[in-house]
Amino acid sequence: MEIVKPAIAGTLESSDCQVTVEPGDGEIDFTLKSSVINQYGNQIRKVVFETLESLGVGSVKISIVDKGALDCTIKARVEGAVFRSAGQMEHLPWGGAIRP
Amino acid sequence: MINAVGRDIPEEILEMTGKEVFHGNNYFDGYVFQKASPSTKCVINSNGSKVIESIHEALVKCEIRDGMTLGFHHHFRDGDYIVNMVMKEVHEMGIKDITICASSLGKAHDPLVKYIEDGTITNIQSSGVRGKIGEAISNGKLKGLAIMRSHGGRVRAIETGEVHLDISFIGAPTCDDYGNCRGIGGKSNCGVLSYSMVDGDYADKVVAITDCLVPFPNFPAHISMTKVDYVVVVDEIGDPEKIATGAAKPTKDMRKLMMADYCTQFVVNTPYFKNGFSYQTGVGGASIASTISLAKIMKERGIRMRFGIGGLTKPMCDLLINDQVDALLDTQDFDLAAVESVKDLRHFRISAGQYASPFNKGAVVNKLDFVILATLEVDVHFNCNVVVGSDGMITGAQGGHPDTAAGAKCTIVITPLLQGRTPAVCSEVTTVTTPGESVDVVITDYGIAINPRRQDLIACMKEKEVALPFKTIEELRDMAYSIAGKPQKVEFGERIVGIIESRDGTIMDVVRQIKPFEFSEK
Amino acid sequence: MNPDKKRLRRTMMFLNAQKPALIKDPYIYRPDSLMLDLEDAVAENQKDAARFSLYHALKNIDYRGCERVVRINGLETPFWQEDIRCAVAGGCDAIRLPKTESAADVKRVESAVEEAEKEFSIPEGKVLIMAAIESARGVMRAMEICEASERLFGIALSGGDYTKDLHTHITGTGIELMGARQNMVIAARATGVQCFDTVYTDLDNMEGFRQDVETIHLMGFDGKSIVNPRQINIVHEIFTPSEKEIIFSEKVVREIDRKRAEGIGVFTVDGKMIDIAFYDGAKRTIELAKASGVYKGDL
Repeated sequence: MEIVKPAIAGTLESSDCQVTVEPGDGEIDFTLKSSVINQYGNQIRKVVFETLESLGVGSVKISIVDKGALDCTIKARVEGAVFRSAGQMEHLPWGGAIRP
Repeated sequence: MINAVGRDIPEEILEMTGKEVFHGNNYFDGYVFQKASPSTKCVINSNGSKVIESIHEALVKCEIRDGMTLGFHHHFRDGDYIVNMVMKEVHEMGIKDITICASSLGKAHDPLVKYIEDGTITNIQSSGVRGKIGEAISNGKLKGLAIMRSHGGRVRAIETGEVHLDISFIGAPTCDDYGNCRGIGGKSNCGVLSYSMVDGDYADKVVAITDCLVPFPNFPAHISMTKVDYVVVVDEIGDPEKIATGAAKPTKDMRKLMMADYCTQFVVNTPYFKNGFSYQTGVGGASIASTISLAKIMKERGIRMRFGIGGLTKPMCDLLINDQVDALLDTQDFDLAAVESVKDLRHFRISAGQYASPFNKGAVVNKLDFVILATLEVDVHFNCNVVVGSDGMITGAQGGHPDTAAGAKCTIVITPLLQGRTPAVCSEVTTVTTPGESVDVVITDYGIAINPRRQDLIACMKEKEVALPFKTIEELRDMAYSIAGKPQKVEFGERIVGIIESRDGTIMDVVRQIKPFEFSEK
Repeated sequence: MNPDKKRLRRTMMFLNAQKPALIKDPYIYRPDSLMLDLEDAVAENQKDAARFSLYHALKNIDYRGCERVVRINGLETPFWQEDIRCAVAGGCDAIRLPKTESAADVKRVESAVEEAEKEFSIPEGKVLIMAAIESARGVMRAMEICEASERLFGIALSGGDYTKDLHTHITGTGIELMGARQNMVIAARATGVQCFDTVYTDLDNMEGFRQDVETIHLMGFDGKSIVNPRQINIVHEIFTPSEKEIIFSEKVVREIDRKRAEGIGVFTVDGKMIDIAFYDGAKRTIELAKASGVYKGDL
């Protein structure tokens, strides 16, 4: 998928995370601010990269402010931001590119 | 050298501090020692008062100099102005290398960071530190070693002479011109002055600082004039709003209520719950809710409490008002209801030493049946950590946690299984502050684990078919990890920035400098 | 028939599917069912984000035996079809349709669910449906709604919208809900599906809540929608059979089982003749007692 325009998904509430995506320069430019970065920083990065790969996003500026979100929430917010950026609201590939 | 809770204490630290590693709770039982004593400057001349102009003058008269140790109390908690006022003056006088020996330090003391950075303060000894000072220590900014010691441990360290207080400052809500201090009255009413009593007895110089000078005699004095050198009157010693808050509204958070309910169900099914039992609890939402639901069952079953200890809050004082307890023993008052209750004749002020010191002829904590505590982390060995956050940053205080846990017959720790994403029940706590041998039960929102050392409690719950979600501590940890994922071990730098001192003065654990996080893959 | 159709549903707790803090572990409070909401709780501009959150929650969070019902957006919105695809793909147990007014409404949902089951290779008939009735028209058609689909396990009253439609409001007395409650529970019983009562939103009035639950329990409802975990224990307590009821039910079941095995058609319990019609009720009481954790017998 292509990141067409900047988009945001998620909130700064506890257990949530806010994901911002912007068009990239041909690579994944990842930044993370997290209250649990010392314990889960690498895990969060892994989940984000896997989610982007599954969606076929190779060029994006993605920044995340995490408030202790579980992996499933991080995935949901990344997908939320990417599909918003692409403007796709229906006929979503549940179980396909949107991998459980 | 590996200590009794499995922590490796580096030799260099043992050499530097001259301390032993922790050998278990009762290692020093029966130990004999000679108490330290302060120097005393006699006041025989009967003319005049002890009131002097300013903190500056007090420091000059006390002959402040580089390298001294200054004592402070934390009865004003986040509303305290005393420490900052004194240290500002010390700094302006160009004094260096000060050791602060406070009963606790909190967010109110963030301004001290600049004095840590410029070498005015080079050592800190406290129950713990929160806020910016904690960050400064964790980032290696303190020149010396921070020593975290429990409330009982501070008294022990002073009475044995391990720490010698050169000057202690006592913020006094009311004081007369001859130095009789009381925790009640005035604008900054904090109820009691328990943590300062050892300062009165053992500091060479004692300065009372008040914003409410009252006519002599300010009796009954909480700190006697016989121990006070000087009295300084200032505009404000603290922010009353932050010293004693209005009573917290009972929580409506179902998670906390559920844990409180588990706790109460556990308590009432132990053999210790009978007429004449004793009880202490902290100030967390679940702890307070436990007291409220326990009071209800006490009433239903006609069971009376003999005494309660605090750290007092309204629900404990309500027991007195409702005649469900014979006596309250008080070291600290968290809300206005508790401050007000100090006037009750069955509400007794006790010193920190009476409360919790392991090095006297028996402290009140030893007579406790139940203590209900919170924790940041608890591991599968039941070790608790109340000082260092799971991210490695110093962020809490020992308080009376290790003292009460060691003393009580039944020590219950309440914590949600997950604090945000961070598992509170884990394989190994970041830092040990309270040893697992002191902790009997862990109550979480996902289940309850009894320490296998307490087969008697396990058997008792089984026999009574108590309908609580009992699990092993490992099961609780596994649940936490399966939900949040197994946390990566926090990476620290090499430098040791602080030690967690056991209440008996041995080393429970060390705290290392924090290391900025880096992704393992770029 | 899907065996879950008749499962125990004393409490159904509403949760905003868009709020991670709410949906991560509501099972610790042990409600019978969870109702993950994509409708009213979710702002119009968050409908898309809520679906991702729902999908991954359904796929990744172990709800430990709590039924997972998803409330989709109404049929008049552009959202409901994708809501169904998302919920079914995620593996939900049931779909709750809001603002149901007719059998035709249920059938539209039924066919969308059927299609989604095919698309995502879910066994046919796994996903159940429940219909929320929120209007006078819906109440009057309760019977046809109950009979609209083999997948439909029950109907629920949604009091807020219903009372508006009736030109009244929630008073706390229950007077305004009397007719709807009575009509719906009768329709449900007549057609063999379950019936659930509306939420009680005044969280500071636990006594009022208790009275409300006692009323609907006596009226024959199967359970209540709830908005806060503090309400769960009260409902479960009221729906827990008394010891007396349990003992009597045990005797009824044993007596009838035994006599029938012997080919006898006259039953007596405690010296009194009882009718075969007691049997199903007695069975239900035992099941309820088991679910409430108070049954210690071996039936």
